[in-house]
Amino acid sequence: MKTHWQILVVDDEEVMCESLAAWLREDGYLVDTASSGRDAVEKSRARDYAIYFVDLKMPGGMDGIETMMQIRGLRPEASIIIITAYATVDTAIAAMKEGAQEYIVKPCNPEEISLLVSRIIRVKNLQRENAILRKKLTRRYSVHDVITKNPRMQEILSLAAEVASLRSTVLIQGESGSGKELVARAIHNSGDRAQKPFVAVSCAALAETLLESELFGHEKGAFTGAMQQKRGKFELADGGSIFLDEIGDISPKLQVDLLRVLQERSFYRVGGSEEVRVDVRVIAATHVNLPQAVAEGKFRDDLFYRLNVIEIRIPSLRERREDVPLLARHFVDRISHELGREVNDISEGALKLLMDYNWPGNVRELENAVERAIVTCRGLTLGEEDFSFLAQSGLPGKAWAPPAGMTLQEMEKHLIAATIQSTGGNIKESASILGIDRSTLYEKIKRYEIPR
Amino acid sequence: MKPLYLGSMAEVDADVMAYLRERMPSAFGVELRELALPGIDFAYDARRGQYGSVPALEMLLARRPPDALKLLAVTECDLFIPALTFVYGQAQLGGRVAAISLARLRQEFYGLPPHPEILLQRALKEALHETGHTFGLVHCADRNCAMSLATNIRHIDAKRAEFCAACAARLLRRPRE
Repeated sequence: MKTHWQILVVDDEEVMCESLAAWLREDGYLVDTASSGRDAVEKSRARDYAIYFVDLKMPGGMDGIETMMQIRGLRPEASIIIITAYATVDTAIAAMKEGAQEYIVKPCNPEEISLLVSRIIRVKNLQRENAILRKKLTRRYSVHDVITKNPRMQEILSLAAEVASLRSTVLIQGESGSGKELVARAIHNSGDRAQKPFVAVSCAALAETLLESELFGHEKGAFTGAMQQKRGKFELADGGSIFLDEIGDISPKLQVDLLRVLQERSFYRVGGSEEVRVDVRVIAATHVNLPQAVAEGKFRDDLFYRLNVIEIRIPSLRERREDVPLLARHFVDRISHELGREVNDISEGALKLLMDYNWPGNVRELENAVERAIVTCRGLTLGEEDFSFLAQSGLPGKAWAPPAGMTLQEMEKHLIAATIQSTGGNIKESASILGIDRSTLYEKIKRYEIPR
Repeated sequence: MKPLYLGSMAEVDADVMAYLRERMPSAFGVELRELALPGIDFAYDARRGQYGSVPALEMLLARRPPDALKLLAVTECDLFIPALTFVYGQAQLGGRVAAISLARLRQEFYGLPPHPEILLQRALKEALHETGHTFGLVHCADRNCAMSLATNIRHIDAKRAEFCAACAARLLRRPRE
């Protein structure tokens, strides 16, 4: 939207000032004019202009460069374009040195000005969008926003804040849906790397070769379909953090590659011979019992020790039932707002029902349950009846007879296959119904060889 | 409803004026009247060899008939504003007067043989564009629309001599005078 951006044209020649302003207004911008440097500085105090066109030669003891320097002091983000009829190399260098974004000679080709303005506005739109998204992410995932009154969780959050600015690798263990990625983001956002990228990769969702290319990138022609060079997640996370979810599921070959990155802080792109160096903090997570996987020879012990420098084990929701009402109320507020519903509370009876439930899918399952209840709720308060679907999915105390002679694994396999079939192969929906995340579901599909 | 006035500043190609007279009323849904205007020698800048569009618009404001809804003037002179090397035309955004120049719409300006049909099309597009500004329309992102910004002759040739649906709707919603 052009109309959000305002432009100030500064020139002591009225006809010059007004005609350029009128020309820019025809393009949909809001344009003001100033007849001197002092006038421009006063106007910039009152209003945040995105672009300033400043004439170099102005009388009254304040030329274009001086005006620009004062405006930059007040509005460091502003783009300033110096315009002059008397171009010299020296003035151009002086203007650019003091921070002018562009230096143009008048009269200027209309195409040049039009392209210049649209290029600056395009960048400003991206910067604004980036700032909004960054703010949104940081707000949602800071340590202070993790909702808990459980002493163990509070210890974890204190530890997360303490280690946030270190480069040491963190290993987060916990059941599916317990909030491993949330804690990982909180660590990232509380440390020195908060302004740098946080890149999350689900290691269980991709086949070995795809994951290798995803993590380390590939060179053009490295394999069929590699039409151009691609940077991997490690490169994209340079300066920031990479979150490797479901690390327990990676293949022996990738375990070796990852060990090398952790030791050397460098790697090679697939099909490449040039070493790529990165400064990335690794935060890994798994629901697998890694010490046991090491003991069984499924996971390299040297990689485990490299990853397990700082260990965080997140309790399941069953182990912190006191958080259920807090979380439930938080989800009611947030999800009602997101869905545009008027539901604003949850009854004591419903809270008791939620406290008694076992939550195999942990906080994610609770979030999904609240969303489903809000969607079907007819009143303003969620009651017990709105959570009746939880009873069907196995509330404790309800009579339910398991099929005779079936192992736990067989039952899990059948349940997953039936759910996938009922959703027509929709993995996202199946994972939501089962109360597990998608990467866990992929891992189980692979393990049980369930057809999709 | 007040009429739209079409004026020629000194001698202007008669075929162009006839073409605009025929096509402009339907585009804006108003009656069109013609007006003879003086030349703009007073706006000549000897250093640039061009004519200032700002003094030309000032003259149009002074000469505008009292009953004119808008006044569009056509000139053969090459127009400019001080910051730019040239303008194809200029208008008061949401105001009363506008002017277009035929100088850079002619094939001859680019060293090519004259082409009357191309000139008529370009003149109509510019006339719609500048008059559109007087009705408050700003540049349109639709490259086919007459209100899209043209900073070179290829842009003018690429667009159509009509408004896109959105700009046409804005014109229809304007307050009646």
